[in-house]
Amino acid sequence: MNDTSPPKRTHYLNAQHTVGSWLFTLDHKRIGLLYLATILLFFLLGGIAAMLFRVELMTPDPTYMESETYNRLFTMHGITMIFFFLIPSIPAVLGNFLLPLMLGTKDLAFPRLNLASWYVFTFGGLLGLGSIIFGGVDTGWTFYTPYSSTYANSNVILAALGIFIAGFGSIMTGINFIVTIHKMRAPGLTWFRLPLFIWAHYATSIIIVLGTPVIAITILLVAIERLFQIGIFDPALGGDPVLFQHLFWFYSHPAVYIMILPGMGVISEIIACFSRKRIFGYKVVALSSLAIAILGFFVWGHHMFVSSQSMYAGMIFSILSFLVAIPSAIKVFNWTATLYGGAIKLDTPMLYALGFIGLFTVGGLTGLFLASMAINVHVHDTYFVVAHFHYVMVGGMVMAFFGGLHFWWPKMTGRHFSELFGRIGAVTIFIGFNLTFFPQFIVGYLGMPRRYHVYPEEFQFLQVMSTGGSAVLALGYLVMAGYLLHSLVLGKKASSNPWRAVGLEWTTPSPPPTENFTTEPYVDYEAYDYTREEVYRDDADEVKGA
Amino acid sequence: MMNLLASFIPAQASHFAADIDRLYFFLIGVSMFFTILIGMLVIYFVIRFRRRSDDERPAPTKDIVALEIGWTIIPLVLVIIMFVWGAALFYKQWRPPADAMEILVTGKKWMWKMQHPSGRSEINDLTVPVGRPIRLTMTSEDVIHSFFVPAFRTKADVVPGRYTSSWFLPTEKGSFHLFCAEYCGAEHSLMKGWVHVVSEEEYEAWARGDDTDVAMLTPVEAGQRLFNELGCVVCHNPASGAMGPHLAGLFGSEVRLNTGRSVIADEEYIRESILEPMAKITEGYQPIMPTYKGQVSETQVMHLIAYIRSLSEE
Repeated sequence: MNDTSPPKRTHYLNAQHTVGSWLFTLDHKRIGLLYLATILLFFLLGGIAAMLFRVELMTPDPTYMESETYNRLFTMHGITMIFFFLIPSIPAVLGNFLLPLMLGTKDLAFPRLNLASWYVFTFGGLLGLGSIIFGGVDTGWTFYTPYSSTYANSNVILAALGIFIAGFGSIMTGINFIVTIHKMRAPGLTWFRLPLFIWAHYATSIIIVLGTPVIAITILLVAIERLFQIGIFDPALGGDPVLFQHLFWFYSHPAVYIMILPGMGVISEIIACFSRKRIFGYKVVALSSLAIAILGFFVWGHHMFVSSQSMYAGMIFSILSFLVAIPSAIKVFNWTATLYGGAIKLDTPMLYALGFIGLFTVGGLTGLFLASMAINVHVHDTYFVVAHFHYVMVGGMVMAFFGGLHFWWPKMTGRHFSELFGRIGAVTIFIGFNLTFFPQFIVGYLGMPRRYHVYPEEFQFLQVMSTGGSAVLALGYLVMAGYLLHSLVLGKKASSNPWRAVGLEWTTPSPPPTENFTTEPYVDYEAYDYTREEVYRDDADEVKGA
Repeated sequence: MMNLLASFIPAQASHFAADIDRLYFFLIGVSMFFTILIGMLVIYFVIRFRRRSDDERPAPTKDIVALEIGWTIIPLVLVIIMFVWGAALFYKQWRPPADAMEILVTGKKWMWKMQHPSGRSEINDLTVPVGRPIRLTMTSEDVIHSFFVPAFRTKADVVPGRYTSSWFLPTEKGSFHLFCAEYCGAEHSLMKGWVHVVSEEEYEAWARGDDTDVAMLTPVEAGQRLFNELGCVVCHNPASGAMGPHLAGLFGSEVRLNTGRSVIADEEYIRESILEPMAKITEGYQPIMPTYKGQVSETQVMHLIAYIRSLSEE
């Protein structure tokens, strides 16, 4: 239309075009996108596995597959979703992309370590993928011994090695984040001016650095027992199978917080922006992340109330597990209070954030049932547990991840997605999620154990409901994939600050230039200061004619 | 009302089932209160404080310390109540009374074996008298299993290399599901059975073996009954995933072994396969079958052979 359109702006996406410029990039933003592509592949694989066994579970007897196939599918679902999707999802994608932008710096402290982390993670992921291609693993994602160390006739070593190696990628990212947050904040950006996203990532990084080595050691011990018949966990060789559970959950319970804390950070950003309010009780919310990170290390025994653990040990773990619910509750109350007196707009990211509050509340409250010893005895290893952790992991973490992806999509890609389809997708996912997982609370309390291929007929009705819901959920994700891909090519161009949000990342153009900021930012205001005029500056000119 | 409730909770067949359900409903009440509270507040705020114009600038709200303290203390008090209540009940679940009758339970892939004080044993069935406290002393021969009876609200892991225990006082007669709740490999979901709660007199008669009317059955019928009771059907049933060789057409046929040799499946071979399963492994199958030596009498072996033979005559 206009021949005198301004020359094309150079930004991190179009600065270089070669494949090499992506594979050897040291730019945290490009590395974030590499992670995004990698983990979405695993999300797709894990999702396909889930759909296959959900279809199988529509009938109480074997219909489409044998038990050995069923067992491999739920194991594949668990391993890919937890180790190769959820754990890296927000930190490695959004954290990588946003940490330097939010801190007002050029890059992470160690750009080469950051790129190395992606290679290490991807190599681990490929080994995990290899274990599936060469016949699968049938131990469940929990790898309980002595089944995994002695009895399973499947690719345990390959999958375990994949998780072991991917863990080092996590540790590298964690160290990078801690150093960057400590040393590279823009002038004026004091600790209590930091966005809560940063606080959440700081807490997460501490857990990653302290916890991940323990799972690495544990996996190594399983491999040693399996390969060299050295007795560690198998009583037939003089080992102790319950020891494995202590070591495993010492990492894997804190890992739940590795998954959920960054999600909570995302939710704080979104709620502040779409209600134009400072997060209510900012300091309390920030410090509650640290409280969760610390307390989270002392609750692992609630996975083991019926494992033959001593009753008194169980009581200690029970009370500590109840206590870790308090900082989570505080966050939910503060988010709700933030809405009070705001100027609330229900754009797609906000729909995800409000969905998160509802689903995480249910997930958190049902955690109290599991912390309660007497009820835990009944519902342990049933569908009740499956429903509970999906409410936290999918209702919480995945909703937060996609909420965040939508919120920062214009920043990352320079394009807007279709708001209409965005809202349709968010609502479909919310409904589909509840239809899938709510019936599982009931079928769990009725007594149906998890990981059951064949089950008594009286549970069929609820299982069919769950499968129906999962189809709706899958449809929601497909809608999302459709409009997001569409927006990459045909989406409306985005200005620097399309949502009118506070935060340094919104002061630089979308997509940002390779060096992030052309002038060094200076911060002389509190986080989420929505009274500042600069936030509401009309920046529509930026994208005119582009 | 009770019928509606019954579709959300399993039968209450032990003396602490109702106690546990009470705590469960208390937790549901608390959870519903907070979920509805948060949900209603969110919906109310979203409507009441909706953005009316694009450049609306809401006034900032000051943090209120009293509120922060309030919503720290209230959940704290609630969770302490939940902890004390749950731990007290667990203490009751954990300590069996001194006069409890002991039943020995062994788990192995993928069956349960129960041994009663009278000497009588069962596979995948547990017969107990109503109104008498029962203590299970359990161990596993291979991997970790978990003994779960939803109607009793009891569950305990069954761990190789150590003894674990579980106890209950059955209060209702009837048959209730027994599940293995800890994933234990290929046929985990078939490692299940029934707990039969019967009257004291019926139990005594059963424990003495009065009900064994095997004499009235033909050898084939007795063999078929044993085949199901002993759990053979779990692995040797063509529909269940075929962990073991199919038995239809086996008798008299030539069986290829993993050593490359072949044998004719005669009475001798079948007897050996039941008592010493590791001696000859059929080609294409894993050496995973447990031995039945000492658990079946020679007569019972003959019954089993008669049944397996009958599968080839149809």
